[in-house]
Amino acid sequence: MIFNPEHECMDQTARKKLQLANLKNLVEKLYTTVPFYRKKMDALGISSRDIHTLGDIEKLPFTTKDDLRENYPRGLLASPPDRIVEVHMSSGTTGKPVVDEYTQKDIDIWREAMARTLAGGGCTKDDIVQNCYGYGLFTGGPGAHYGAMTIGAEVLPMSSGNTARQLMVMQDFGTTMLTCTPSYALYMAEEAADAGVDLKKLPLSKGCFGAEPWSENMRKEIESRYGMKAYDIYGLTEIIGPGVAFECEAQDGLHINEDLFYPEIIDPETGKHVKRGEKGELVFTTLTKEGTPLLRYRTRDITYFMDEPCSCGRTTVRMHRLFGRTDDMLIIRGVNVFPSQIEHALFGIEGTEPQYLIVVNRGESHLDEVELLVEVKQEFFSDETRGLETLRNKIQDVMKSKLQIGLKVKLVEPKTIERSIGKAKRVIDNRKL
Amino acid sequence: MQIKQISVFLENSSGRLGEVTKVLAEAAINIRAISIADTADFGILRLIVDKNDDAITALTKAGFTTRLSDVVAVEVVDSPGSLAKVMELFQNSKVNIEYLYASLEGKTGKAVIIFKLENLEQGLKIVTDNGLSVVEKF
Repeated sequence: MIFNPEHECMDQTARKKLQLANLKNLVEKLYTTVPFYRKKMDALGISSRDIHTLGDIEKLPFTTKDDLRENYPRGLLASPPDRIVEVHMSSGTTGKPVVDEYTQKDIDIWREAMARTLAGGGCTKDDIVQNCYGYGLFTGGPGAHYGAMTIGAEVLPMSSGNTARQLMVMQDFGTTMLTCTPSYALYMAEEAADAGVDLKKLPLSKGCFGAEPWSENMRKEIESRYGMKAYDIYGLTEIIGPGVAFECEAQDGLHINEDLFYPEIIDPETGKHVKRGEKGELVFTTLTKEGTPLLRYRTRDITYFMDEPCSCGRTTVRMHRLFGRTDDMLIIRGVNVFPSQIEHALFGIEGTEPQYLIVVNRGESHLDEVELLVEVKQEFFSDETRGLETLRNKIQDVMKSKLQIGLKVKLVEPKTIERSIGKAKRVIDNRKL
Repeated sequence: MQIKQISVFLENSSGRLGEVTKVLAEAAINIRAISIADTADFGILRLIVDKNDDAITALTKAGFTTRLSDVVAVEVVDSPGSLAKVMELFQNSKVNIEYLYASLEGKTGKAVIIFKLENLEQGLKIVTDNGLSVVEKF
């Protein structure tokens, strides 16, 4: 189902016209209301009068996460405080949190964006949506909640955690759609198996999963364990929360709500646009937001644009599922490694559970050493060391050939790697760099 | 007849073996034979106990990964050359031994050797055909 065919299937020339008009308005608004942006634009000698085409966006300054932190809590507010109706912020585990403040119009934009997103995953007014994204300052819970309500579906606002109760409600209320992080979906599937609940027999048929990068093989794992379709969704607190981009039934790239969030892909080193279709860092400009609109926000997420027409009929540009982030990219002995690559390689190997932990140490020889802790399926254990050693060597060989780095695999017992109910912690980097 | 052996996966961290024995002690399980195969990263503890079901239940509840497998417990005379004779029988019949270890069980003058064989049926036949006795209950 396409929630808003008028906008999602709009002729591209018409959309570009709309984007340009909104971009000009935004630049004007930011210049007059946010001193931070006025200073940046003055330094570059640029104003809204210099924006004639969408390509002129390259003249405008970037916004980074550091900018947001330095302006914490309300330095980037572009509307009078009395017009703000809701506030969200990131967890701030790596510094000051980043804040998103919403006017009523911003909430309406979010509702629209999330309704499109869930509809992309097949949600209709007849669905019962079990929303296990966290509620609170985190955008995940409320975002999915608003979207499902906008479609007219029934929402079970579970938040994350209390898995036994999640499974009870799932069975007793006949949940048809699941929204949570992909790692929590797998965790719940595991708990369900332990409790003797056959997820495949439940009415649950689809789910929208996001808030952390995941791989195609993880999708297959979720789909087979639940007997459902699993869709990738993308968003970030800085831009609106979830609802920035989403997969449709084609499961071939994520449609960006580009009439609302203007995307660019840049070379993270030079800041210049990459050639269309090439990989780079994703950048967003919030074209229509009022509370805390951002100009050219550098997401640090790595992807590329997919311009080929999609079979679903939407004309919005798609982005490939994330390849990782510029900032959780591990550089191991000079080789760039994304945890998602390790995950993808691991999931293709029989005998392993989809639970792993990457531990990076700098050894005595000043070389980086990577240890990959992998949980082994219960059935795969035997009374002989040979089978397990073969499995360990196989994992090491696969990693070597796919990642070009040697890492040491340590097999651990099922259920010994710490489970997460939110974003999974996949990397422990002990290097002091 | 073959008997059941319980294998327990042990991550190479301190205290894990102690935990296994503690769990078994608390469940009043008597260990009749024990051996460990260790690698640099993990170990596999092999146990013959008096109450298999209770042992598995207790170990699983304590979070251990276990597995049951079939082994043969052969009684041999406790004197030089006895084991060599059994080995020779297996070798002549091309019965491959995966591993073996000795049991605490044993009447005076006897020893019991636990064999994990590649071909269990064939191995059992050779043992009985040659007048050796196997222990069926510990």
